[in-house]
Amino acid sequence: MSVVDKDAAAPAAASASPAAPAAKQSPSWRLLLDAKWRWYEFAFWLCAAASFWVFPRKLMLLSEIFILGLLALSIDLVLGFAGLVTLGQGAFFGIGAYAAGLMAQAGMGAAPLSDPLLGLLVAGLVAGLVGFATSFLVLRGSDLTRLMVTLGVALIVEELIVKFKDITGGSDGLQGVLSSPVLGLWSFDLFGYTAFWYSLTVTFVIFLFCRRLIHSNYGLSLLAIKGNPLRARTIGMPVNARLVSIYTIAAAIAGVSGGLLTQTTQFASPDMAAFHRSADALLILIFGGAGYLYGGLLGAVAFRVMQDFLGNITPQYWLFYVGLVLVLLVLFVRGGIIGLMMAMRDKISPRDDKDAGGRQ
Amino acid sequence: MLTILFDGVAYGMLLFILAVGLCVTLGLMNFVNLAHGAFAMAGGYLTVIMMNRMGISFWWCLPAAFIFSALLGAFLERTLYRRLYDKSHLDQVLFSIGLIFMSMAAVDYFMGATQQIVNLPPYLTGRIEIFGAQVGVYRLFVIAVCGVLAIGLQFIIARTRFGSQLRASVDDGRVARGLGIDVTRIFSLTFAVGSGLAGLGGALGASILSMDPFFPLKYMIYFLIVIAVGGATTITGPFFASLLLGIADVGGKYFVPVIGGFIIYTIMVAVLIFRPEGLFTRGKRR
Repeated sequence: MSVVDKDAAAPAAASASPAAPAAKQSPSWRLLLDAKWRWYEFAFWLCAAASFWVFPRKLMLLSEIFILGLLALSIDLVLGFAGLVTLGQGAFFGIGAYAAGLMAQAGMGAAPLSDPLLGLLVAGLVAGLVGFATSFLVLRGSDLTRLMVTLGVALIVEELIVKFKDITGGSDGLQGVLSSPVLGLWSFDLFGYTAFWYSLTVTFVIFLFCRRLIHSNYGLSLLAIKGNPLRARTIGMPVNARLVSIYTIAAAIAGVSGGLLTQTTQFASPDMAAFHRSADALLILIFGGAGYLYGGLLGAVAFRVMQDFLGNITPQYWLFYVGLVLVLLVLFVRGGIIGLMMAMRDKISPRDDKDAGGRQ
Repeated sequence: MLTILFDGVAYGMLLFILAVGLCVTLGLMNFVNLAHGAFAMAGGYLTVIMMNRMGISFWWCLPAAFIFSALLGAFLERTLYRRLYDKSHLDQVLFSIGLIFMSMAAVDYFMGATQQIVNLPPYLTGRIEIFGAQVGVYRLFVIAVCGVLAIGLQFIIARTRFGSQLRASVDDGRVARGLGIDVTRIFSLTFAVGSGLAGLGGALGASILSMDPFFPLKYMIYFLIVIAVGGATTITGPFFASLLLGIADVGGKYFVPVIGGFIIYTIMVAVLIFRPEGLFTRGKRR
C-alpha cells in the first residue's frame, strides 16, 4: 500500500529494497518502483465498480461514499501528507457545492451552462481560489492557531451562505438543482445509475491525480516538510510555496467533491459548509488512516456502513458510538483501518524490509 | 442602550466563567480540550434536574453544579485526559470531539433534544431601574457572582502558594518538578476546578443561554474566540475578551442582526493572524 512507498522514500528508511542494493538506486528509480500499481489497488477499484451490481438499491448511498471519500482524500493531502491541521475543509466543500449548484441553476438545466463537468470545473476553480486566498492564513502560527483559523474560515463561509439569501437561498438552500446530461449522453436519474458512475469516475480520476502527485518529487518534498519544516527549509525547499500549493489543490478537490454532491443530490444547503461536515470528514480520514492514499476512501466506506447500521438500531443516538469509536481510535489504534491492517500483515508475515508502519 | 450594554456585560461575565477553565487547560497545560462545553452542559443539566424534577432550591444547585462538574472533570482527567497530554494537538482535538459527540448523544438520550427551561426563584426575576436603565435582576446577580469569582481567581493565581506553584509548573514543568512541586497533582486539581467553574457557569447560564444537547458544539466556538482574543496565559486577558465578546455579540445581534455572527468570527480570524498570541498578552512567548 502506498505507505510502504512513502516511508521508504524517507532517507532513513531507504535502506530496504528487494531488488538491488540500496546504495545504487537513484531517487527517481525508487519513485518509479513505489508508484507501481499493487494488486490490492486493482482489487479496491474493481470492488468499487462491482458494488453497482451488488447493491443496486443503494446507488445513491454508494455515490455519497465516493464523494465523502474524495473530501477525506483532500484533507489527507493537507493533513496526512503535508502535516497541516485543518478543521475547515467543509468550507471548500460548501463553496464547491454552491458554485456547482448556482452554475446549474443559471443554465436552467440546459446544455452549456448546466453541464455537470463544467460545473465541477467551476466548483474546483472557485474553491481553489478561496483556498489559495486563505492558504496564507495557515502558514502562520501553531497547530492550535491553524485549527482555529480554519474553523473560523469555515464558520464565516457558512455564515455568508446563510446571509446572502438572494443568491444562495439562505438556510433553505438551493433546491431542485438540475444539471444537463453528463457529456450530453446520460442524464441524472431517480435511481442514481448516472450518479453512481459519474461520482465513481470523477473520484477515480482525481484519485489518479493525487496518486501521481504523491509519488512525485513534489510529494516527497511535502513529506519532508511534514517531517521537519525547519530542515526542509535549510536544504532549500520552498516550504511556504509548497504548503500554499497543496492547500490550494486540496481546497479545489474539496470543492469538486462538494459540486459532485450538489449535482447528484440536486440540492445544496448551508449545512454542507457546517462544522460537523468538516468534523465528519476528518473523522472519516482518521477512521481509514491519515497519511495513506486509501485512508479517506476506506474510511468513508466504514463510516457510512457504520452510520447505516447504527442508524437502523438507534437512529437518534448513533452519534454516541461515533464519539466512542473516535475516542478509542485516538487512545488505542494508530493509523485507523489501514494502520490495523498493516499491523496485522506484519504479524502474519513479518518482513525484514518493513518500515515504520505506525505512522500517523 | 444601557440595557444592552448591561446584558452584554452579564453575557460576557458568563462566558468568562464558562471559558476560564479552558484557558487554564489550553494556555497553562497546553491541552486542546474542545469538550470543555460538555462540562458546562453537565452543570446546566444538573441544575435543570435538581430544580425542575426534585424541586431543590436554586442556591443549592450552584455549588452542586460546581462540585458535580469538578468531580466529573477530575475523573475524566484521571482516566482519559492524562493519557493524551503528550500527544499531538490533532489527537487531542479528535479525542475531545469524540467526547462532545458522546455527551451530546447521552444528554439527548436521557433528557430529550428539547431546550430545557429553568424556573428561577421569583426574587431573581423581574427588572429594576438603575441609572435610568431597565436591568434584569438575574443578570445583576450573574454579574455579581462572576465578578466575585473573577477577582477570587485572579487573587488565587497571583497571590497564593498554589497559584505560584501552578504558574511555575506551567512555565517550566521539569524545573518545577525538580523543585519538588507535584506537577501532576496541580494539573489534576486545576483541571477539576476549571471543569467545575464551567459547570457553575452552565448552571448560572441555564436560563440565559439555551440548554440543549447542542450546547457544547454551539459554545465551543465562543470559548475559542475568548481564548484567541484574550490569550491563554493570563486571567485578565480572557476576562476582557469575554466582556468585549459579550457586548459585541449582544449589541451586534440587536443593532445589526443581518451580519450577526459574522463579525465575531471575522474578529477572531483577524486577531489570530495579526496577534497569534492574543490581544491582551504582553508578547511573552514560552
